[in-house]
Amino acid sequence: MAVNDTLEGTHKIIESAREQEPRLNPLAPTVNDFNQELTTLNLGPTHPATHGIFQNILQMDGERIISGVPTIGYIHRAFEKIAERRPFYQITTLTDRMNYCSSPINNFGWHMTVEKLLGVEVPKRAQYIRVILMELARITDHLICNGILGVDTGAFTGFLYLMDEREKVYEIYEELCGARLTTNMGRVGGMERDLSDVAIAKLRAWLKTFPAVMAEFEKMFNRNRIFMDRVVDVGGISAERALNYGFTGPNLRAAGVDYDVRVMNPYSSYQDFEFEIPVGTKGDTYDRFMVRNEEIWQSLRIITQALENLPAGPYHADAPHFYLPPKQAVYQNMEALIYHFKIVMGEIDAPVGEVYHSVEGGNGELGFYLVSDGGRTPYRLHFRRPCFIYYQAYTEMVVGQTLSDAIVTLSSMNVIAGELDA
Amino acid sequence: MADQNESIPAQEQAAAQDPAAQKNAQLLALLHRLFGADAFNDVEEPYGLLTATTTRERIHDIIEGLQKDEELQLNFLTTMCGMHFPDRPGQELGMVYHLHSLTQNIRLRLKIFFPIADPVAPTLTDLYATANWMEREAFDFYGIIFPGHPNLMRILNVEDMDYHPMRKEYALEDGTREDKTDLFFGR
Repeated sequence: MAVNDTLEGTHKIIESAREQEPRLNPLAPTVNDFNQELTTLNLGPTHPATHGIFQNILQMDGERIISGVPTIGYIHRAFEKIAERRPFYQITTLTDRMNYCSSPINNFGWHMTVEKLLGVEVPKRAQYIRVILMELARITDHLICNGILGVDTGAFTGFLYLMDEREKVYEIYEELCGARLTTNMGRVGGMERDLSDVAIAKLRAWLKTFPAVMAEFEKMFNRNRIFMDRVVDVGGISAERALNYGFTGPNLRAAGVDYDVRVMNPYSSYQDFEFEIPVGTKGDTYDRFMVRNEEIWQSLRIITQALENLPAGPYHADAPHFYLPPKQAVYQNMEALIYHFKIVMGEIDAPVGEVYHSVEGGNGELGFYLVSDGGRTPYRLHFRRPCFIYYQAYTEMVVGQTLSDAIVTLSSMNVIAGELDA
Repeated sequence: MADQNESIPAQEQAAAQDPAAQKNAQLLALLHRLFGADAFNDVEEPYGLLTATTTRERIHDIIEGLQKDEELQLNFLTTMCGMHFPDRPGQELGMVYHLHSLTQNIRLRLKIFFPIADPVAPTLTDLYATANWMEREAFDFYGIIFPGHPNLMRILNVEDMDYHPMRKEYALEDGTREDKTDLFFGR
């Protein structure tokens, strides 16, 4: 019998380990200490300002935060366990529900991981369509984050303007996959349908109207004295600490490190496009806000380039063993029926191997570590969720600041509960 | 499958020109120089990512050495996760570390394996602040214990759960059902 087969056994091992090495940084829930006039404050789990279900037990000296204990896992859905029993194509719906503000990035990141494992080459047109949709997703993700940051500082108008624009992007998603939030878009091997004329018309119309709205939003916030007083020098983190904490994405770039997966390890033809990586200097809330704003402009540049240079050709790989055939063909064509059956039942020839693939998600490096034993489902699938990794720095970033600063810091870090808990 | 077997010698031939393969060779040479060739076994490059297996006695020193190394600067811990292979006696549990050099753009995957009866792995919390929650997750999912971790408690599952759910013995579906056999549905 294993030592830690029982809960008591596990606790015993932990206790003995703790006795051997005293705890360096005790982090126990705090208690009210009336002699020192400290109070314990529960921020969350359902506080409206946390924008998600997670709890912080803060110890306060008046308005100042002395220590904090974050508790997460309120919407943990065991995606890594569920993925061990699902064929590859069914895992796409799990990825939707991680960072649900930018689902297409998660979907395509997962598809690219499987394509890498299977050795499927995706045609240029599909890659460009993916880039367009991933950049749209990045824009919606950043719009939500920056809009909400405005709400948390008391400015509701910007948020409403931006939500309107997000709706238009969701209509473009609808043209491609029928869904809006949890998109389940694309397939292993490419897209399930081509970019239709209606979708292109909607996209072109949106590309004309959106820059003016974005410029207005920036005019409202960027040099607004009241807004700046609330966010400048709030919740800062140095580049060194950010790297040590495993920060990626806009939060790391705000601290001054120009790490972007799209540039360092280009996937899906990102090397074809001309764009810049904005970086901040102090890693504070204002820098994070400004980096996200600038990334929206850069994403627009990428979308315009991809749309203008959209190559002709097929929108999916010629890989009948892995790519689901059109439903109509399944009824009329023997081979299509066979492939459909085999793919749906998970009877594809997956090689034995392990692959790590990462994409630049809305919040940073979204990685998929897939171990395949040749079976119909992954043997092990680990998601590197950027939120989960950088949220642990939150306590360090807010200690010594006031409660209202903690709220805007949380907001600007863009912690998405679905990605945090997976 | 046949494609894969054929492509492996082709990869070795291409290694002389391929910059990624050159970087991997440089990294492997560095690993051997710093820690000795005997520290690693099962060195592979699946899909271009250098992968090596080492022991839990050495993993902390290796990751610390790589963090301080000036030549390749593998000082970014991308992710780490637990693994469970019930069919490997004495090496049932494992940890997989992904390191990344942001200056040289090289990735390295390190693995350690240890028996499930003694599920202890060294903590990296003294090197990387980010290791804190990753190790808590590995403890939560697989029951891997990290002596010296400042706050080793469950992170995603409820505190009074009395098993480690990602271990392979816990089937996702009800094991008593007979209408859904593994022959047709999932694993």
